Amino acid sequence: MQESTNPPFAGLSSAEIGEIHSEMSHYEDKSAVSIEALKIVQKHRGWVSDDSLVAVAELLAIAPAQLEGVATFYNLIYRQPVGKTVIHVCNSVTCWMLGAEQVRERLCRHLNVELGEMSQDGEYTILPIVCLGACDHAPVAMVGDQLILDLADNTVKQIFGE
Amino acid sequence: MDRPLTQNIKADRPFASLADYLQTGGYQGLANAIKNLQPKEVQQWVKDSGLRGRGGAGFNTGLKWSLVPMPEPNDADRNPTHYLVVNGDEMEPGTFKDRLLLEKDPHQLLEGIVIAAYAIQAQTAYIFLRGEYHLAAERLAHALEEARAQGYVGEHILHSDFSLRIHLHSSAGRYICGEESALLNALEGKRATPRPKPPFAVVSGLWGKPTVVNNVETLCNVPHILRYGVEWYRSLGRGADKGTKLFGASGRVRRPGLWELPMGTPIREIIEDHAGGMRDGYQLRGFLPGGASTDFLLPEHLDVPMDYDAVTKAGSRMGTGTLIVLDDQTCPVQMVLNLEQFFAQESCGWCTPCRDGLPWTVTLLKDIIEGRGRLEDLDTLAGLTRMLGPGNTFCALAPGAMEPLQSALKYFRADFERYISCGNTILETG
Ligand SMILES: Cc1cc2nc3c(=O)[nH]c(=O)nc-3n(C[C@H](O)[C@H](O)[C@H](O)COP(=O)(O)O)c2cc1C
Ligand code: SF4
Ligand code: FES
Repeated sequence: MQESTNPPFAGLSSAEIGEIHSEMSHYEDKSAVSIEALKIVQKHRGWVSDDSLVAVAELLAIAPAQLEGVATFYNLIYRQPVGKTVIHVCNSVTCWMLGAEQVRERLCRHLNVELGEMSQDGEYTILPIVCLGACDHAPVAMVGDQLILDLADNTVKQIFGE
Repeated sequence: MDRPLTQNIKADRPFASLADYLQTGGYQGLANAIKNLQPKEVQQWVKDSGLRGRGGAGFNTGLKWSLVPMPEPNDADRNPTHYLVVNGDEMEPGTFKDRLLLEKDPHQLLEGIVIAAYAIQAQTAYIFLRGEYHLAAERLAHALEEARAQGYVGEHILHSDFSLRIHLHSSAGRYICGEESALLNALEGKRATPRPKPPFAVVSGLWGKPTVVNNVETLCNVPHILRYGVEWYRSLGRGADKGTKLFGASGRVRRPGLWELPMGTPIREIIEDHAGGMRDGYQLRGFLPGGASTDFLLPEHLDVPMDYDAVTKAGSRMGTGTLIVLDDQTCPVQMVLNLEQFFAQESCGWCTPCRDGLPWTVTLLKDIIEGRGRLEDLDTLAGLTRMLGPGNTFCALAPGAMEPLQSALKYFRADFERYISCGNTILETG
C-alpha cells in the first residue's frame, strides 16, 4: 500500500502521468486506459477523489461524467477514503458455508469497525469481496495484495500476527 | 505423460521458471506451429483435437478460431487487424482453476497465446486478468519479459514473419467482465455491459475488429496439442470429450482441491477418491457441478461422467468443472440466498428482467428464511426462473443465476416449505 500523503490537488503528479502514458501505448485509443488510470491514481493516493477523477478525465480527453460512470462500475475503485490496508473477506458460497461471516465479525470486532468503515488510526478498512478463487482453502481473505487461506478460530492471529 | 496441464506444477518450487518449462518440452509446440504449419492448419489441428472451451460454454476451440475472416492470397489488405483476448477474469463463485495455471506455469499460457494468435493471425493479444490476482500479474509480467528476451514473443517470433505484442490488463473487479462482449467493453475502457449479438466477436470485437476470446485453461491445452498431435490429445479423454480438465471440489469434503483428470471422469471419483469423501459427521446432500451458475445435482447423479453432454443430460452444466459440495447440515435455501445475492450485486443492470428480477428473488428468499414467506412465493420464484431464463435477457448472467434456484425448488422444495409452515429457521449453517 502506498502512503496517501499527497495533498488533494487538481493536477496529477508527474509519476502518475508517466505511468498513465505508458499504459496508453498499449491501446488503439487513449480513453481505453480509463480503468488503469484510475487504478494508478488510487495506487498513489489510496482512493479516487472528485478532483483526481476530473484530472484523469482531462488527461484522457473524456467527460468527467463518463469517467465517473466507469469509476462507480468497478468494485476495486474506491471513491471514498479507505485504510492503508484493505482487508477483503470473501463472502461467496464456499467461504460462507465454512464460516466467513464469523471471520468477518471477528475482524470487525478486533478493529472496532463496521464493514466498510476505516479504523480510527486510518490503517485498515474491511470490505466484502466475491470468491477469490481459493475456495479449496475457504474461508479466505485478501489483506492488501496478499491472499490469506484457511481462516479459522484464530483469524485475528492469522492476519495481525498477535 | 497424462497430466500435460499440471506437469510443471511441483510441490517443491513456487512456480515453473522458463528453464523448468523448457525442460519438459516448452515452446516446442510453438516451433512446430510456426515452422511447419500454416495458420489454417493450426486451426484444423485444434478443431480435430476436440478441445472445447474451458470458460463454461464448451464451444469447440478450433471451430471458433475458424470463424475469424482470414485474408486470402489476393486480398488488398494482407494483414488486417485481428485480436486475441485471454479471459482471466475468474470471478464465478466456487471456481478456482485458472489462478493455479496463471500463478504456477505462466509460460504455458504464453505459449498457448502465441500459437492461438498465429492461428488467427492476430498481431496483438491482451491478457484480461482479474484485478485481485496480484501474484498472477507479477509472475506473468516476469514471464513475458523472459519470453520476449528469448524471441518467443515480440518481433519475428522464432525468426519467422510472425510478430505478436502481448499486453497485460489488470481489471478492477466485476463478474460481468468475464462475459466476453462485456470484457471487450471493459478493455476499451468502458462500463462492462454486454454487447448485442450478432455480430459476434470473431467478426466484430475489440474496436470493431475480429477478436477471439479464450479462457486461460483453454489456451493452456494448445501447446500440448501442437507438440504431441491430435491423436495423442484425443486419447486423453475417457468418454465423449477429449483431453484432460482441471476438476475441483470445495465444501465439507475431506481434501478440497484441484486435480487434472481425463475428461469424462465420473463425479463419484472426484468427490470420493480425490476429495476423500465427506468430512466425518457430514453426509452428501447435493452439489453444483461447475460453479455458482449451474443446477444442483443429487447423490443419485454421482456416476455421471464429467463430460459436457453427459452433465447436461443429467440436468445441469459442466460449467467450470469445479464442484461445490452441499452437505446435510448446510441449509440449501440459505445457500441459494447467498448465490442470488452475488448475482443481484453483480448484475450490470443493463436489462430490466435481470436488474429488477434478481433483487426481487433475494427479497423473496429472505422473506422465506426470516419467517415471512407464503406458499405463493414459491410460485413467484418459479415464475422468476422462467422470466430470467434463456432468451429473455441480454446475456447469460441472469439465466445462470436461475440455475441453482430452479433446481433447488425441484430437489429441496421440502426445505422451502418447512420455513414457510414453521415460520422459522430450521437449519443453522455451520
Ligand atoms: C456472466 C458471465 C461470466 C463469465 N465469466 C467468465 C470468466 O470469468 N472466465 C471465462 O473464461 N469465461 C467466462 N464466461 C464465458 C465467456 O463469455 C466466454 O464464453 C469464454 O471466455 C470463451 O472462452 P472459451 O471458448 O475458451 O471457453 C462468462 C460468461 C458469462 C455469461
Ligand atoms: S442479463 Fe443481467 S448482467 Fe446480463 S446484460 Fe442483462 S442486466 Fe446485464
Ligand atoms: S468462495 Fe471464497 S474463495 Fe471461493
